[in-house]
Amino acid sequence: MSDIRKVVEIPINMGPAHPATHGVLRLRLKLEGEIVREVDPVIGYLHRGIEKLAESLTYPQFIPYTDRLDYAGSMLNNLGYVKAVEELLGIEVPERAEYLRVMTTELSRIASHLVWLSAWGLDLGAMAPFFYCFREREEILNIFEMLCGARITFSYMRIGGVSKDMPEGFADRLQNFLDIFPEKLSEYETILTENEIFLARTVGVGILPKEDAIDYGVTGPIARASGLEYDTRKIEPYSIYDRFDFRIPVEHGCDVYSRYLIRVEEMKQSMKIVQQALDKIPEGEIMAKVPKKIKPEPGRVYSRVEGSKGELGFLIISDGSDKPYRLRIRSPAYSNVAALPVMCENAKIADVVATVGSLDICLGEMDR
Amino acid sequence: MTTTMYDSLVGILSQLGVYQILSGFLPEIVIRIMLVLAIAGVVATVASLILAYLTWLERKVLSDIQQRIGPMRTGPHGLLQPIADGIKLLVKEDVHPKTIDKWVFLLAPIVMFVPVVVVLAVIPFGKTLVMTDLSVGIVFLLAVSSLPTLGIIMASWAQNNKYAVLAGLRRAAEIISYEISMVLAAIGVVLLAGTLSLPGIVEAQTGLPYIILQPLGFLIFFIGLLADLGRIPFDFQESESELVAGYTTEYSGMKFSFFFLAEYLELFVAGGILTTLYLGGWNGPFLPSWLWFAIKTFIVIWVILWIRATLPRVRIDQLLDIGWKWLLPLALLNIAITGGVLAVM
Repeated sequence: MSDIRKVVEIPINMGPAHPATHGVLRLRLKLEGEIVREVDPVIGYLHRGIEKLAESLTYPQFIPYTDRLDYAGSMLNNLGYVKAVEELLGIEVPERAEYLRVMTTELSRIASHLVWLSAWGLDLGAMAPFFYCFREREEILNIFEMLCGARITFSYMRIGGVSKDMPEGFADRLQNFLDIFPEKLSEYETILTENEIFLARTVGVGILPKEDAIDYGVTGPIARASGLEYDTRKIEPYSIYDRFDFRIPVEHGCDVYSRYLIRVEEMKQSMKIVQQALDKIPEGEIMAKVPKKIKPEPGRVYSRVEGSKGELGFLIISDGSDKPYRLRIRSPAYSNVAALPVMCENAKIADVVATVGSLDICLGEMDR
Repeated sequence: MTTTMYDSLVGILSQLGVYQILSGFLPEIVIRIMLVLAIAGVVATVASLILAYLTWLERKVLSDIQQRIGPMRTGPHGLLQPIADGIKLLVKEDVHPKTIDKWVFLLAPIVMFVPVVVVLAVIPFGKTLVMTDLSVGIVFLLAVSSLPTLGIIMASWAQNNKYAVLAGLRRAAEIISYEISMVLAAIGVVLLAGTLSLPGIVEAQTGLPYIILQPLGFLIFFIGLLADLGRIPFDFQESESELVAGYTTEYSGMKFSFFFLAEYLELFVAGGILTTLYLGGWNGPFLPSWLWFAIKTFIVIWVILWIRATLPRVRIDQLLDIGWKWLLPLALLNIAITGGVLAVM
């Protein structure tokens, strides 16, 4: 007869089809009642072999594939890729195109953080932020639609510039959005930041110490919430980021609440950047002179941008032909989710859900 | 002695002369059974109509708070939506997984549904709209209204599903931590009213509802009710982002809808209980008594829906903390204060 007092560890599968895993992440949990003793993330359910596909596509042909990496903030992926190819070719991008790139990527960052906030709210059981955040994201998508005709998969960036200039009425619409958004953002903050239940659920949950964040190569808002002042836009200013006045928020709480604060502050800072770019945008060309057939010299380049989830890097090796010999993507969510077992040590099931949500994973980017 | 629905019905029938004709050829006990069954049938029908439209109300209230318009396609403003939902659930395939505990699986929806209907028997819906005036009404009410938990635990065990078992375990841990405080809070009401009968409690509140005399007790009872209903912020039994569908994971079709209906009927009953114990029941000026009851009940329901649309979910261990460390001592304090004040006066 077995001893009934012995604690039995129950293995349980959370995902790949589970409402809280944001796509097809699978977590193998070992439970002791409500307490989670072991978390083991299993990835690869959305693997499409995008890196391998790149080897059989010409350089411009790969741009639409980057839209499908982190589909919540496609502009950022666009920029990461075209920037890498431009560095490989040594192309100078025109001023106006740089401003348009900064504006669209920062708007994309806001949209991505809004999607995160809404989905995370649902993870915590708060339904209201979901609809409010999507209302504002909708306006961003409308602005993008005005600009390039697409709402999710933009393919807006081109090697050497951007595909379209600002249409008539675009600046007014964007200005209108920038005027109303701070008010809306403070609405979310009233519903969450000072809510006792919200604080009880988030403060001190999913702790990732600074040392572990460095060890696991965690980047983006999660690293900054662990006290690491690390943002590619500041440490290695690309495009024209050195011309703008903005701040990199850093928190030292290391918990999911700090990650929330960081992202809300980042939305405000992104808005500041968009406002400055909109005020200062010069007239001029939007495309550089680019050869018809893009054939970089043999060589390699690693280029990185600050994505909404962290450092997004593209490594391209060229053999002199019109297709990359090898393309490798450094996706931030991949490194971030690796630190999940550290964050969920002896947590409750509800804490695991809150922590996974706070990572802002995007499986399209993680599995590639 | 309160006039019950039975008494009023007999009164009306005697005035019309129908009762005298019936008693001419039927023994009294048969007439009594017939009339009681008729009353029960009417109440059950009205209750099921109300609960069907509670689902509609919930969707509309939530969508109003969340910048949506809610169901609009079936009938004007989606008024036929509950009927469409009902038909859909009726014609759905009833799936029985192989590994279930068959009898417990079958019984669980019934065990959950029946007690909620039974509670309707003692709630005073109006001055003369009482089905039975039990002398221990409040004890009966509190006892029977905690029975659906048994159905939830049975269901979660019978499905042989890990997520469902977790939901059942949560529910079992949860109920002992809030039920005690809830019952203790209700003692304050009993002390004030000096009776255990629900119509008696309502009559004692003429002019001054107990929410004013017992604000602390009201708060404790309300939190307990929210936990009892399994609603946000305490919806552990089916917290969809954690346990997928919770205790109903393997249920489908009509069996699922019984859980669903029981939950909405519980919502209505909860509104009724709170109205009866703390908001003065059917007391109120000008309007007929049943209308006052309905207004108060729907205000309570609306507040519960409002809370659902606004608040995040607490963690299960946090509810246990609240239950044992705050609600229980406060409920005892409430009894002490109430008793002390009554003894002095």
